[in-house]
Amino acid sequence: MIRVVLPPHLRTLARVDGEVELEVAGPLTQRSVLDALETHYPMLRGTMRDHATQLRRPLVRFFACGEDLSHEPPDAALPDAIAQGSEPFLVIGAIAGG
Amino acid sequence: MSRVRVLVGTRKGAFILTSDGTRKRWKVSGPHFAGWEIYHMKGSPVDPDRVYASQTSAWFGQIIQRSDNGGKTWNTPGSSAEELKGPDGMPKGESNNFVYDSSPETGKPLTTHQWYDGTQHPWEFKRVWHLEPSLNDPDHVYAGVEDAALFESTDGGKSWHELAGLRGSDTGPKWQPGAGGMCLHTILLDRNNPERISIAISAAGAFRSDDGGKSWKPINRGLHSEYIPDPTAEVGHCVHRIALHPSRPNTLFMQKHWDVMRSDNSGDSWQEVSGNLPSDFGFPIDVHAHEPETIYVVPIKSDSEHYPPSGRLRVYRSRTGGNEWEALTKGLPQRNCYVNVLRDAMSVDSLDPCGIYFGTTGGQVYASTNAGDSWKPIVRDLPGVLSVEVQTLP
Repeated sequence: MIRVVLPPHLRTLARVDGEVELEVAGPLTQRSVLDALETHYPMLRGTMRDHATQLRRPLVRFFACGEDLSHEPPDAALPDAIAQGSEPFLVIGAIAGG
Repeated sequence: MSRVRVLVGTRKGAFILTSDGTRKRWKVSGPHFAGWEIYHMKGSPVDPDRVYASQTSAWFGQIIQRSDNGGKTWNTPGSSAEELKGPDGMPKGESNNFVYDSSPETGKPLTTHQWYDGTQHPWEFKRVWHLEPSLNDPDHVYAGVEDAALFESTDGGKSWHELAGLRGSDTGPKWQPGAGGMCLHTILLDRNNPERISIAISAAGAFRSDDGGKSWKPINRGLHSEYIPDPTAEVGHCVHRIALHPSRPNTLFMQKHWDVMRSDNSGDSWQEVSGNLPSDFGFPIDVHAHEPETIYVVPIKSDSEHYPPSGRLRVYRSRTGGNEWEALTKGLPQRNCYVNVLRDAMSVDSLDPCGIYFGTTGGQVYASTNAGDSWKPIVRDLPGVLSVEVQTLP
């Protein structure tokens, strides 16, 4: 099981409290994590990445293990600590606006 | 006794105000979808407890919400608890999937419009400005979006497809954004003619379909706009709002960027009816529920000063379908008032006397229970109001 932390607005939308735990099939990448999230929580589709292009929305960021992975290729392997569940994969709403 | 439900969309959530038919005491529910921009909410005319909402965010994009119990609970269409456990597997989560249709089957693939610098720019979906439920089927609803296009759902908002003939009309490449974006903000349906749909776009103008949305034509003859190179061009006019009375759907009233206009032939031609208004700039326009020639506007000082002239918030009423206007001020602030009233933020109930409602960018919702003669705030200090819709319930 991996752990995902959603920003408050998406937790409300998905009707979850706290962290989300997910079983992710295959290699652990941004894409596979987001695919699993959207499968279990279909109301999140389109909120983190564009429906059609699958590109990350500009004001959404992906952090893990103290690193900003937002600009990593979506199929790049995520750190082992995410796969082991010792660290969460963080979906962040960027600090922008007021 | 009848009841009234007022659906208020704001910059930071939705609020639902309810009262009995006396309209004296109001219960405020909300914020729903706290922290999100709620551009618009509207109920189905045939099932008033079916309410659609457009929830948007610069961070997380577009969400469509639907309530089947008058706003008590909400779901993104297709993701109710029952549907999430349904035998068909997990829903696809398509209720916010607005994809422009440029397929050859729709006629003319269209991918660009006029941009600020004169170049052509790709169409990019940003948000839903207006939701218009059909007059006879609660599962059928239209969405006016930015960048301007008209979408339709026939499954209660679970999925959407574009009525691409509008963008594909010959004028599409000449459309350009107004200051608020290139938005399709008004959708008018005709009880007498189910094939007729009229829409308005800032800053392209008004358009009409007489075949259920398949083909469209501009209906801007008679409009005069000094801010475009050809003031009487076929398109390019910044139409802010159009309204009609259901009993006379061929008569349209328009608040344009400047000028209040009317048409008595479904938009084929327009005449100015600004008359004695202190300013003919403004955003909303609406029609009395029982008097088809009684109309309301909120004059704003200018396109560069979006607040009431002289700091006095005045609704203007014409009982003659335009030209002759009277200021309605009783109960409205008459000094130091610098709010705006946005295009979708005025609505009427169908009680007698007719109730008129509008919301301000300062977070007040004012109501009149006597057709505008006097006003009271029914809620104040909300986030800036984006939209107001009123439902008159049995």
